[in-house]
Amino acid sequence: MAAGKEIRTKIKSVQGTQKITKAMEMVAASKMRKAQDRMRAARPYAEKIRMVIAHLAHAHSEYHHPYLIPREARRVGAIVVSTDRGLCGGLNANLFRAMIQRLKEWEGQGLGIEVCPIGNKAIGFFGRIGARIVAQASHLGDRPKLEDLIGTVKVMLDGYSEKRIDQLYLVSNTFINSMTQRPRFERLVPLEPDPAVELKHHWDYLYEPEAKEVLDHLLQRFIESLVYQGVVENIACEQAARMVAMKSASDNAGKLIDELRLVYNKARQASITRELSEIVAGAAAV
Amino acid sequence: MTIHVDIVSAEASIFSGQAEMVFAPAEMGEVGIAPGHTPLLTRLKPGEVRLKLSSGEEEAFYVSGGILEVQPRVVTVLSDTAVRAHDIDEASALEARARAEQTLSDKSGQIDYAKALAEYAEAAAQLQAIQRLRRLAGRS
Repeated sequence: MAAGKEIRTKIKSVQGTQKITKAMEMVAASKMRKAQDRMRAARPYAEKIRMVIAHLAHAHSEYHHPYLIPREARRVGAIVVSTDRGLCGGLNANLFRAMIQRLKEWEGQGLGIEVCPIGNKAIGFFGRIGARIVAQASHLGDRPKLEDLIGTVKVMLDGYSEKRIDQLYLVSNTFINSMTQRPRFERLVPLEPDPAVELKHHWDYLYEPEAKEVLDHLLQRFIESLVYQGVVENIACEQAARMVAMKSASDNAGKLIDELRLVYNKARQASITRELSEIVAGAAAV
Repeated sequence: MTIHVDIVSAEASIFSGQAEMVFAPAEMGEVGIAPGHTPLLTRLKPGEVRLKLSSGEEEAFYVSGGILEVQPRVVTVLSDTAVRAHDIDEASALEARARAEQTLSDKSGQIDYAKALAEYAEAAAQLQAIQRLRRLAGRS
């Protein structure tokens, strides 16, 4: 029964794979929950800054920060957030596909492009297609720190201030639910003014030092926090996508095992029948 | 009389609750905020934000800089997560740029690696197919 043994080893090996994918699925599920918590924890900071900036922009209409003034776009910058590791379904592939489409559009309009990939997969991708990479960050881990992003964001913001780029986009995945994640393009600078805020009666803060300096400081923090949020959200997406991918891998392994078992049982039965008929034939011959 | 205090950073919400008095290390010197203070917006130096709670206890939080926003009934501390200075920011920007240059400079190496990986996958698939064919041929 050589075929039987072969099938048995095959079943064993698929079972081993299934154990791994199941474990990965459960790890991803718990990491996803933690990433979602972090996503929520990061939100109040950005919301608060957004409110203060909106107030400042209204109260000091005579001072226009360059980040708030749109200008004609000749070169575009993009911060692209991806994962560090694979085995997370089509998450990165979908993002890159959307990105390629956008790149083609931009190139069609005659715009120059600078990218800043975050995460190993994006670095590899943009390296391969030969894009202009001006800064990068990777290995941020499951609990990214804002400090690790400051440098990369600063390179892009400096590029804007020095007019090397005229627009800056953040490209990352949005977490819609654990089954769906969608690529998103968000314009970071120039910032779109928030029309929701209206000053009912004119009041203003006391500033220490100047309003201008405080606004500069706040705008930088605001953009950093948006990028940070994009990164944290992308981690939640990564874990969700990995969870789903590993679940379907486990299911497929289960199906494969069932099929193999059927084949194995058939082979076993056939060999028993053959032996029996040989015995019977032998007995009849005597 | 108490005032609502939120201490938040980009990574987490650190404190949220009522306090009688807030002391913060503003750039121009330490400030004490009592309920009903005029709206104020100031930068913070690295230091301690202390809260006097209604129970009489004091709680202290270390902030490495940030922004303090005061409204008559609400105080918000937008704390930085790390010590920030122009030089430090500049250094990390240079680092990020250097990493990018490194990637660009050994681009050929990376492409070779990706190509090698693809070739390897193809060869492995071919090998597997050959083995399967041979097994089928051996059995029949």
